Amino acid sequence: MLDTAPHAAGLHVRGLCKSYGPVQVLKSVDFSVLPGQVVALIGENGAGKSTFNNIIAGGILPSGGQMWLDGEVYAPHSPAEAMQHGVVLIHQEIRLLPDLSVAENIFLGRQPTRGGRVDRAEMIRQSREILEALGFDIDPARQVRGLSMAVQQGIEICKALLRKPRYVIFDEPTASLGEADAERIFEQVRRLKSNGTAIIYVSHRLDEIKAIADHVVCFRDGVRVADWDGPSVSKEQMINGMVGREFTFEHRAPAPNGDRPVLEVRGLSRGSAFRDISFDLRQGEILGLAGLIGAGRSEVGRALSGADLIEAGEIRLDGRALRLSSPRDAIEAGIVMVSEDRKGLGLSLNQSAARNIAQPWERRLARAGMVMPAAIDDLGRTQQKRFDIRGRMELPVSSMSGGNQQKVLLAKWLVKTPRVFIVDEPTRGVDVGAKMAIYEIIRELAASGISVIVISSELEEVLGLCHRVMVMSGGRIRGELPRAEATPERVMSLAVVSSADAHGGN
Amino acid sequence: MAVLDQTGQKTGATQKGKEKTMLNAIKTVQRFIPGPLIGLILVCIVFSTLSPYFLTTRNMFNIFSQMSEIGIMAAGAALVIIIGGIDLSVGAVLAVTLMLNAWLYRDMGVPFVLTTLAGLALGAFIGFVNGVLSTYGRIQPFVATLATMSACSGLALFITNGSPVTGFPTWFSDITSARVLGLPLEFVILVTVYLVVAFWLYFRPSGRALYAIGGNEEVARLSGINTRRAKVMVYVAAGFLAALAGLIVGSRLDAAHPTAGVNDLLSVIAVVVIGGASLAGGSGGMMGTFIGLMIIGVLRNGMALINVSPNLQPVVIGFAIILAVMLDRRSAQR
Repeated sequence: MLDTAPHAAGLHVRGLCKSYGPVQVLKSVDFSVLPGQVVALIGENGAGKSTFNNIIAGGILPSGGQMWLDGEVYAPHSPAEAMQHGVVLIHQEIRLLPDLSVAENIFLGRQPTRGGRVDRAEMIRQSREILEALGFDIDPARQVRGLSMAVQQGIEICKALLRKPRYVIFDEPTASLGEADAERIFEQVRRLKSNGTAIIYVSHRLDEIKAIADHVVCFRDGVRVADWDGPSVSKEQMINGMVGREFTFEHRAPAPNGDRPVLEVRGLSRGSAFRDISFDLRQGEILGLAGLIGAGRSEVGRALSGADLIEAGEIRLDGRALRLSSPRDAIEAGIVMVSEDRKGLGLSLNQSAARNIAQPWERRLARAGMVMPAAIDDLGRTQQKRFDIRGRMELPVSSMSGGNQQKVLLAKWLVKTPRVFIVDEPTRGVDVGAKMAIYEIIRELAASGISVIVISSELEEVLGLCHRVMVMSGGRIRGELPRAEATPERVMSLAVVSSADAHGGN
Repeated sequence: MAVLDQTGQKTGATQKGKEKTMLNAIKTVQRFIPGPLIGLILVCIVFSTLSPYFLTTRNMFNIFSQMSEIGIMAAGAALVIIIGGIDLSVGAVLAVTLMLNAWLYRDMGVPFVLTTLAGLALGAFIGFVNGVLSTYGRIQPFVATLATMSACSGLALFITNGSPVTGFPTWFSDITSARVLGLPLEFVILVTVYLVVAFWLYFRPSGRALYAIGGNEEVARLSGINTRRAKVMVYVAAGFLAALAGLIVGSRLDAAHPTAGVNDLLSVIAVVVIGGASLAGGSGGMMGTFIGLMIIGVLRNGMALINVSPNLQPVVIGFAIILAVMLDRRSAQR
């Protein structure tokens, strides 16, 4: 594909470079995408994917190299210029105005007018047309607020497609979506492809890349390090290409010893979130909680960690019944939970990493009722060493990368050795290198005798870490599989059990 | 990427070594001297050249006396703003607690010590109501305290049908002219309040929790902090401090006016904001608030000394607010 002459149809990039001062973020990248082709772009955070996409879409000027679009030299100076050439970039964050209507959002900044006034009827008619063409059945006159993430992402796509682009760059369109919703995005990609649109598709979800891409290009440290044909590439190949070394999900802790359970949960229920949850957790055991998004897994974790009150059931820790009325009670008892929503529920982003780590423990750090700043700094340094956190502990935690933020979050909850450690989506939004470090932390915790519950939507992660897998759907436990029997197929078949034919219980 | 960054910094360092050390020196100085303090020093220099009377001890004490009630209210307001709330009722609380105190003493014949305690208790109670409304009641603090502000200013007028009450015990009106070790008592009270609040805020776990709550309330809750109790406590403190400020006003004027303190609300918020707190919560502190207080005090006093029209003074304060916040944002970005 690299041999294709730049004068042919399609977008061709040769020797593209970008440096900021002495820092080179793109080093002589060659790239081609042809009409009707989907090229996936993969790489760790900071590999240069975003810079590359932004150069193509006119948001960033390159420092060197050349681009050709359908045989003509292409050097856009602004996103507007790129759009005139039919190139659009669909950003990963959704930037819709929630209080405006769907149609107003789609036409934002270029509303059709008649006699100097906005022609609402025309705007709604055109919006309906484009929404229908994309398979979205929503009323264009309704407010955006309240629409699901998938539909909102769809509206973003409509906004971009209104310009009738011939080249579309998707920057992680499914990052915030569940699997069913992601499927709708794939449909749009396939539809565009069949119309002869050229597509560059960025994603961290390697499964979807295999399903959708004709060709896969891998970046590492600003260099194009590998490329494969989409249908034939394996997940391992892609991961190894991104990381530059062997990646594995397998981080197995030694088999748990002792038969006495550390945590006993009996008949736990809370409203419609989950019903009749019962299980045991032994010392040093890693229990996986698998299931689809919305199955009630996080809610069980939240109840065990005192974040939500339970309505019925019993939680016993080391044989003693616990009454959890607040997170404080759970922390005191030794049950802590690392939330899936790092930014919303896990860390105070504008505070320093050290302060974040100290937050649950300030009463313990106090000497004569006083918490000295030095004690917090010390704690920060200790945890930094222990968890290999890269970044400055006294700066706001928002200045760190996703992987290091996640390590700060783990460090926060491991200041005092817990009895039960619950992690919810421990590697979400984290690059592959940090992923392995986090698996290793979890494995070592279990090896040292701490009982761990891993809630994850990544099946490989659950299977690679856990001794035992419990599958939930519709707020109930649908089955339990020891590691040897936990195949992806069996877990999935339990995860999609409907309430009607459920056998429930443990 | 990380490797690239490091090499990049190395070459940069050799090229622009001197500039970097200069910049670093400035940054170090800035870290130790907060931005508002630089502003305060500049304002003081300007006024001391414009008026020979400005830099006298007597005038300095004047400034503190003039600002003591705003200062005491601002200490409470700073706490509220740190947790990401706002208390609009402080001025009205000052008025209603002072009126209750004076009315109970003069018209009901209750001993003055008891009426004073009643005033302070009412302030704490109104704060408690604010706190409960904005936590358990789930009403935005702006709205909740707007309502209590309205109710309190109405009550302050209702108690005596709008007329002021005069004639406190003489020892009470003497308090504001009293001196402790040569310092005006008002100043001593003001500084004591700031030291106590600062100690709580910086060293006590329950005080430090306020920053956590202002930064991200749910994160704080999941970290085991009783966020609702902490928030109610903060509003109680703000109400109590407003009532305390009311006592100082009553002592200085030897009278209770039902509209006392009503105009102080904006100055109180201005003090906290100039002191570097963000209304979004999670930042600010007593040092900054104290400097903010002095900046407003010096501006008011200095402008009076050089005969700037009282009508123009709020204009200057308005500019000072904008300037302070802009400088603060600039230094935060570095």
